[in-house]
Amino acid sequence: MRRNGGRIPYAPMAPPRPVSAAEIESLAIGAWILGTGGGGSPYLALLNMRALYRQGARVSLLDPLDLADDDLVAVVSNMGAPLVGQERLTDPRTVARAVEMMEEYIGRRFRAIMTVEIGGGNALQPFMAAALLDRPVVDADAMGRAFPEAQMTSFAIHDLRMYPLTLADVRDNAVIVARAASWKWMERLSRKACVEVGSIASTCKAPRTGKEVKACGILHTTSKAIRLGETVQAARRAHRDPIEAVLEAERGLLLFRGKIRDVARRTTEGFLRGTASLDGLDEFRGRGFELAFQNEFAVGWLDGAPRVTTPDLICVMDTVSGEAIGTETLRYGQRVSVLALPAPPVLLTPKGLEHVGPRAFGYDLDFQTVFA
Amino acid sequence: MSRIGVDVGGTNTDAVLLEGGRVVRAVKTPTTPDVTTGITRALGLLLQGASVPGGTPRAVDAVMIGTTHFTNAVVQRRDLTPVAAIRIGLPASASLEPFVDWPADLGAIVRGEVFMLEGGHEYDGRPLMPLDTAGVRAAARRIRAAGYTSVGVAAVFSPLNPSCEDQAADILREECPGIALTLSHQLGRLGLLERENATLLNAALLDLARKTTRAFADALRASGVAAPLYLTQNDGTVTLAEVAERLPVYSFASGPTNSMRGAAFLSGRRDALVVDVGGTTTDVGSLRHGFPREANNVVEVGGVRTLFRMPDLLSLGLGGGSLVQDAPLAVGPRSVGYRLPERARVFGGDDLTATDVAVAAGLLDLGDRRRVAGLPASLVTRALARMHAMLEEGVDRMKTDARDEPLIAVGGGCCLVPERLPGVSEVVHVPHQAVANAVGAAIAQVSGEVDRVFQGLGREEAIARARRLAEEQATRAGADPATLGVVEVEDLPIAYLPGNALRVRVRVVGDIGRV
Repeated sequence: MRRNGGRIPYAPMAPPRPVSAAEIESLAIGAWILGTGGGGSPYLALLNMRALYRQGARVSLLDPLDLADDDLVAVVSNMGAPLVGQERLTDPRTVARAVEMMEEYIGRRFRAIMTVEIGGGNALQPFMAAALLDRPVVDADAMGRAFPEAQMTSFAIHDLRMYPLTLADVRDNAVIVARAASWKWMERLSRKACVEVGSIASTCKAPRTGKEVKACGILHTTSKAIRLGETVQAARRAHRDPIEAVLEAERGLLLFRGKIRDVARRTTEGFLRGTASLDGLDEFRGRGFELAFQNEFAVGWLDGAPRVTTPDLICVMDTVSGEAIGTETLRYGQRVSVLALPAPPVLLTPKGLEHVGPRAFGYDLDFQTVFA
Repeated sequence: MSRIGVDVGGTNTDAVLLEGGRVVRAVKTPTTPDVTTGITRALGLLLQGASVPGGTPRAVDAVMIGTTHFTNAVVQRRDLTPVAAIRIGLPASASLEPFVDWPADLGAIVRGEVFMLEGGHEYDGRPLMPLDTAGVRAAARRIRAAGYTSVGVAAVFSPLNPSCEDQAADILREECPGIALTLSHQLGRLGLLERENATLLNAALLDLARKTTRAFADALRASGVAAPLYLTQNDGTVTLAEVAERLPVYSFASGPTNSMRGAAFLSGRRDALVVDVGGTTTDVGSLRHGFPREANNVVEVGGVRTLFRMPDLLSLGLGGGSLVQDAPLAVGPRSVGYRLPERARVFGGDDLTATDVAVAAGLLDLGDRRRVAGLPASLVTRALARMHAMLEEGVDRMKTDARDEPLIAVGGGCCLVPERLPGVSEVVHVPHQAVANAVGAAIAQVSGEVDRVFQGLGREEAIARARRLAEEQATRAGADPATLGVVEVEDLPIAYLPGNALRVRVRVVGDIGRV
């Protein structure tokens, strides 16, 4: 995997580069694709960023390799039920408060802010905080995609400390989880608090040092998401096939093209689980594809045989518009393309697969990458 | 039972007289700018031809009118009233104000003062914050002083608990006598921004809706028809005009919806695809149990994202007036529209349209076919093939089932639909296909719908409870309770929420009751 091991600590620091309003738009598109069906739509966060930029805010992006080892980085994410997020709309001030609360608690100032999850709406959370707190955003995350649970991060895979955590509600409620015995405990304690304040809250996770981010983060995923969005936009402008463009740009693989015949959803243990069946079109006519999801797409079967599993990224896109489709918006009759994009190498290690491989989602399957 | 159905389109006003479930007479007249004249003329033509023993005016039990007036007002940015917006939900959702994602030109016309106040609810029914009643009162006074005539009110999670919106409405009525109010819970659906957008659009249309309904009523009186007046809704049902004029957004898609309902009635099919080929566009929809399948996602109206009861439609840029070009071959989306009778070649014009191609191919006998005799046969063949391919693709996209389904072809340009399509078991043609929309209006029933999150209940119990609420609503809108039946049930478990949270949507439909 790519690490910063060989890099000398005194490398000249490049100044963070400003992110344009157009790049924010691209980021929203790219992040939604990397959400692999989950992560929540970035639309409302994007509206917030548009408003902040109209008011004159500018956010810059910091290369994680330019972090000093002892810099401190805030790791933010929005927590809760996507449906509640449709009524209690995400607000930059809440995520900024979670960050400020953490600074107060640990008595140190953050050098920069990053997201735990580049897939979906969380990609824009550090930008909202950064716009208000005047810090740069680190070009990195801890998933390289979206996952449903807190222990499904590169930080957890590297056994980094999972506490403290601050949780802010829009009202004057704040919770600090000072310690947790494990990532699972941290998930349980913070989830409980989150439900109590209405199943939506902004969180600032365990602070990370520059050294930890460089060694254990998944680097340059923000700029990757921006690029991915730009690729789709450029293809649309040129009336080219956006899916073809994504496959090319990300060295992805087209797994299936077809029409959704059936969707079954159920909630168990607080997750949206379900399956979708597809009938093939074009070169896949006469063949069938089955998708299983737990918030995000987890496994895909071609004609009954496992074809792709997490952590390879399974993206479902509208065949015509190239729009990414979430597991909550899958519906009968949609014409979709199923793509696989390569997963970050850390997720493919034996330790990584323990956290995010098919068995972590309850599928008795061995992981086999489609990119072998 | 004798009913009149009228469809007021952008181009034509169609009217039909239905007796004992049979179309006894149908007329088509041009729509007039003042609406009233066009409807009066259509009603006059309709009733004059059908003289009955016992004399005129004949006994009509109900008149159902469908109109695209309100959508057109939004799309064309005309006849809209500036609106004050009250959002209840602080401190939540504070950074995204009402109108935040409206197109600038529409916002400039509609956007009035915005008030954001504390209140609203949680997903589980607990209050988010107590309602800031003093704030509502201050806002109401400001609204009155500034001279706003229409207000939209949206509270966080109001579809689950409407009490904050209701309380605010009481205060507004006290402080601003005669003010027009739209409360977001009347439009259902979770999704604050989209529901609020629909609320504000509705508020902006209320004045036009009142004037339009009045014009309809005047036209009825002028024609000597004394029957109660209903307006048709997006879901293919009707509501008494005095109820419907308070929710004009529910009439946005009544044109295509009425065509689909008419197609179902005229063909006797309840589950089928429907293709309605008009002058400029073709609407493709899907009938389920005799009603259009609903769109479950965001629908943009005039560039505004909304989420409320709308039919799932696919609009193709293909119609009888579509311009046809050779080298390179192109059909639509540009169209001569309502000027077809002067611009098409078969009518002596210079433009080559889809209608000309249909006449040249012998699919249609219209105008002077000698005027298209000189068209190269290869162009006719290729242009037809292109139109068929467009329809094929559209039909396939709207299909939800791998099995072959029947397809009903209606509308003035339905001869463009080929007799064989992949995935289609048969293409059904119906009598009166050119006035299917007015027929759809005439046969409409009354509906009620509930979309709510239930917790701590089993699936069956939650659905039963939603059904009872929907039935109460339908009865209020004019349905006969004895005839109510469920036409749609959908349940969606909600991720992350505890207590087996289930979002249930139930829709019931019944015949109109006695007024």
